[in-house]
Amino acid sequence: MQILKAPHYNFIKWRWHALALSAVVILTGVGLMIARGGLPLGVDFSGGTIVIVKFSQPVPEDIVRNAIEVIPGDKVVQQYGEPADNAVMIRLPQIQQAEQGANLEEGANRVVTALQDAKVPKFEVLSTEIVGPVIGRELQLKGIYATLTSIVAITLYIAVRFRPSFAIGAIAATFHDIFVTLAFLSFFGYELSLNIVAAILTMTGYSVNDTIVIFDRVRENLRTMRRDSLEQVVNTAVNQTLSRTIITAGVTFLAVAALFLFGGEVLHGFAFTMLVGIVSGTYSTVFIAAAIAIMLSHRKAAARVAAVKTPASATPAPPPSGSRSKARNARAS
Amino acid sequence: MTNLRWKLLAIVVVISLSVWAFTPPSQKVRLGLDLKGGVHLVLRVNTDDALRIETETTADRLRESLTSKAVTGATVTVSSPTDFKAEGIAPGQDAAFRDAANEVQVNFDRQSGVGGAYSFVMKPNIVIQLRNEAVTQALQTIERRVNDLGVAEPIVAPYGSAGNQILVELPGVSDVNRAKEIIRNTALLELKLVVEGPSPSREALLASRNGVVPPDMEAVPGSESVPQGERAGTAFYLVRRVPVVTGRDLRTARPTVDENNRPAVSFSLTQDGASKFGTATGQNIGRSLAIILDGRVQSAPRIEGRITDEGRISGNFTQQEVADLSLVLRSGALPASLTYLEQRVVGPSLGADSIRAGILASLTGLTLVAVFMLVYYKAAGINAIVTVSLNLVILLGFMAYLGAVMTLPGIAGFVLTIGMGVDSNVLIFERIREELATAKGVKAAVAAGFDRVFLTILDTHIASLIAAGFLFQFGTGPIRGFATTLTFGLLSNVFTSVFVSRTLFEAILARRQVARLSI
Repeated sequence: MQILKAPHYNFIKWRWHALALSAVVILTGVGLMIARGGLPLGVDFSGGTIVIVKFSQPVPEDIVRNAIEVIPGDKVVQQYGEPADNAVMIRLPQIQQAEQGANLEEGANRVVTALQDAKVPKFEVLSTEIVGPVIGRELQLKGIYATLTSIVAITLYIAVRFRPSFAIGAIAATFHDIFVTLAFLSFFGYELSLNIVAAILTMTGYSVNDTIVIFDRVRENLRTMRRDSLEQVVNTAVNQTLSRTIITAGVTFLAVAALFLFGGEVLHGFAFTMLVGIVSGTYSTVFIAAAIAIMLSHRKAAARVAAVKTPASATPAPPPSGSRSKARNARAS
Repeated sequence: MTNLRWKLLAIVVVISLSVWAFTPPSQKVRLGLDLKGGVHLVLRVNTDDALRIETETTADRLRESLTSKAVTGATVTVSSPTDFKAEGIAPGQDAAFRDAANEVQVNFDRQSGVGGAYSFVMKPNIVIQLRNEAVTQALQTIERRVNDLGVAEPIVAPYGSAGNQILVELPGVSDVNRAKEIIRNTALLELKLVVEGPSPSREALLASRNGVVPPDMEAVPGSESVPQGERAGTAFYLVRRVPVVTGRDLRTARPTVDENNRPAVSFSLTQDGASKFGTATGQNIGRSLAIILDGRVQSAPRIEGRITDEGRISGNFTQQEVADLSLVLRSGALPASLTYLEQRVVGPSLGADSIRAGILASLTGLTLVAVFMLVYYKAAGINAIVTVSLNLVILLGFMAYLGAVMTLPGIAGFVLTIGMGVDSNVLIFERIREELATAKGVKAAVAAGFDRVFLTILDTHIASLIAAGFLFQFGTGPIRGFATTLTFGLLSNVFTSVFVSRTLFEAILARRQVARLSI
């Protein structure tokens, strides 16, 4: 069985449309984030308290809200997991703890006490997470630093293994993926947590996989398809690897979908981020990385050709895709 | 044996080793906090405390030295954890003062000011040294306490880049507050001679001295209240500043009962401490000795006779408190106070749920992938399923053997490894299909497929490994578990998808001339 027999789509022709679509998605996401005052930060990064409580029977969220009314601050009460779990997540904002004497777990203790006082049905505390402001800030910096250095390291690797213009294409695709992911996280109301940042970091390595496969093919084709323009070479490479790209993305998507559906609430954000990353990664590889690599190669080639005389041995027949000058450009690059 | 047989043997050996490494799973696979349940704490050592202790001790010694050299009228005050100053030195006593100062100021830089005043600032390298020592000592003390708590496989380790944070992980612990109290308890024990008291308030205590505390004494609150007339207030004692013995002189401490059969702590002293104790009690029979814990007087028994080696702390304690106090005294005092920065508690039921969910997701993922591979690549799909499953087995074996911790994100890493493992197979199979289309013959096509694709597989795996490396650095606990699983999964994937897969193909194609390959 084969889904695509000898595909021959002209991806490169559609690259501007693709870039436009990406720009729309990213700008909408950025706009949404600005409107909401930045990307919502989870407790890991903003500091605060989370208490996850499981009741022995269904309890409406409002009852829980009333019970903890006494505690000051912007509290959030949300259903946790499936409705059948009867679990509720209670989040308290960061309390300013200027002096040493202030208790870190005061918020969590007050929640438990308040629930007990309000005589709600029997409950069990599944887990608590309390992050002080110091740690929250440190983690923010660490997360940004780790992501950026990871991207830089991978890009350097590609620059060394292939060529610098490819590396810039890869870096552009990776940033594209990160922004698209952030946009989708914003659309669907997810908060940045440690798990989600971990997923984003993983994506920096994973989204580059597709790119490497295509660039690898391009490098191989450049050796054999000497007469074709770079656009043609890249287009051919993308088509040759298309089955593999779609199947791999599809299979990995299946595996991560299993995680999203069955892996439990804790991994929900992580799985969602990976799902978006897989789709975006494939899309960006096919349309964006290749396109940028070509654009950069063209500019360099054009500069070089301007300084070099045209070679004496002209090709006997015009190359299928375009004019003679394009062929010369391709060879010079 | 043929080349092929060696390869197959090597594969069987690797599989057996892996399986041996992780069976039985309940014992050999280490579970992280989020799967086992437990407590994760990050605390900060307030190293300023340690600096202040050094500064105050030096200031005290200067005072004593000045008194012994008959330099009067000088006042020594501590102004910050690292500075103190001396003022009011008469010009004629300057030389004597400098003599006294030179003896005690080893760790300080002295500057002279106007009007017979001197300021002392702690040397910067001493500041750094003391801060580091405080953190190291705190680490060791906490470790002793955590071990005494009886927690299995606890973690106490330096944390973060600030140099003063400590990570504590206590798997399987559910009484968070008790654990935190035991860890945080400063447990500074001091035995000091009582000069006056108990009095119901600080003012009453100092009434005869016009409210001034003499420089070689201090006023210390008690932990119980003393009724005076109709009102009851906290008792205050006036004690000698310099302690007779401190917690450092303790050999051990254990729970016992006092003469009223109430829970108490009995402690015994080291040889050094015992001799100091003996001298002090021998010279002060009839006086009271205040037993001060963390700056509060627990009790102040009268000295009936010379005691050398044992003492007892009694007070309003419960049995649990007495056990905890003994534990804490045994471990030694903390050199500085601790502040909790982060706390995560996972209950055991959530841990068990997470394991179930993770296993379910992995099996579902594996099944979906297997079905797809069989349908799309037919018989070659079996090859893919075998290699991916083998990949997971080797991954698990690796992790069990190295004692790596399995966390919930680590299970996600498993699922991701399934996806990436299949990626390599897809690359190879697609290539083989292409090669077959060029009418090379089956064996040659398979060989060409593997050869051409090897470098690509290497490149993609290295890129992912780089990301995993940074992930390991960035994360702690659960995320590190994910980075570990990902790294080992990628490494074993290179082995299985290239070596094992190829060997399987060769084994199938070895005997006969195959005209068509089911792929």
